[in-house]
Amino acid sequence: MHELSVAQNIIDIVKENVPDTDYKHVNKILLEVGEFSGIVADSLLYCFDVIKSDTDFLNTKMEIKKIPFILFCNSCKTETTNNAGIRMCNICGGYDTKIISGIDMKIIEVEVNT
Amino acid sequence: MGIITIERKVLEKNDELASQIRDKFKINNTFVVNIVSSPGSGKTSILERTIEKLKDKIKIAVIEGDVQTDLDAKRVERYSVPVVQIVTNGGCHLEAKLVKDALENIDLKEIRFLVIENVGNLVCPAGYDLGEDLKVLILSTTEGEDKPLKYPKMFINSSILIINKIDLLPYVDCNIENLKKNALSINPDLVVFETSCTTGEGIEKWCEWILGNIKY
Ligand SMILES: Nc1nc2c(ncn2[C@@H]2O[C@H](COP(=O)(O)OP(=O)(O)OP(=O)(O)O)[C@@H](O)[C@H]2O)c(=O)[nH]1
Ligand SMILES: [Mg+2]
Ligand SMILES: [Zn+2]
Repeated sequence: MHELSVAQNIIDIVKENVPDTDYKHVNKILLEVGEFSGIVADSLLYCFDVIKSDTDFLNTKMEIKKIPFILFCNSCKTETTNNAGIRMCNICGGYDTKIISGIDMKIIEVEVNT
Repeated sequence: MGIITIERKVLEKNDELASQIRDKFKINNTFVVNIVSSPGSGKTSILERTIEKLKDKIKIAVIEGDVQTDLDAKRVERYSVPVVQIVTNGGCHLEAKLVKDALENIDLKEIRFLVIENVGNLVCPAGYDLGEDLKVLILSTTEGEDKPLKYPKMFINSSILIINKIDLLPYVDCNIENLKKNALSINPDLVVFETSCTTGEGIEKWCEWILGNIKY
């Protein structure tokens, strides 16, 4: 469980992208978290709430948009998915597939109250 | 109300450092593996067998990652190879920064093969690039054939799967064919080895594979 250090990384990246004087006015941080990114959304929200209390981001909310696991099947030439995180195409049963989304974690944007 | 677009990966800092480290490995022709597994699967044991077999052929160095103690480094030191212990003090995985610091104590010019033994944990190390050439995942037969399905991220991000403790197959409820089928369903590109550190079975084949990857 490394959600605590992930939460710290998020604050660091936000600080690099927002002018110092606006830290206190950040309303919301929007994240995209893949279904199979290995991060537990609830636990990340909890950790963020714990560490933000000592920072300028005291009043910042974190919003997490979950990103589905999507594969591209080279045989069917189409996008497919499954809820197990496996590389098997649900249509043809083959494994000649590429992961399109669902394993990353990204900071998309922040909303600043000005 | 204003929106500031960021669009950056959360672990991008780690990834940047990792790619710097990777360049350093490339320049020095050092082949690097990051060994991951749950606690006790046999990471250090395989490392010991591997060093025994290879230390007269190539120069090897080791970075040991543990939550506490330098017990694993002490085990490896007995084989007289350079070893640096990283203690994470509770941290559940190694990060590129820790490896970068550890490298201050290793002269890579000499080293053809560097092994990083990660903290025993089948979840967290998956997302952290350490600059390695590839991740080697060790799963022991006592852990059960369903583990690939339960911990997919680690199997997605690894290139090699070593199924260890095959000497125990007669005593445990683990069908090795099912285990492989499950692992390959998560990641069809996995190269699979089967080993026993007790009998030495499979170690030779694994070591040959390593030698095939060494750059001189
Ligand atoms: N029977 C059997 N036991 C093994 C084998 N490999 C390792 N062991 C035993 O499994 C236990 C754990 O092995 P380690 O090599 O310490 O495992 P590890 O993955 O390095 O453990 P951590 O670093 O603590 O996560 C030890 O008691 C080993 O002797 C094997 O192939 N067969
Ligand atoms: Mg060990
Ligand atoms: Zn298909």
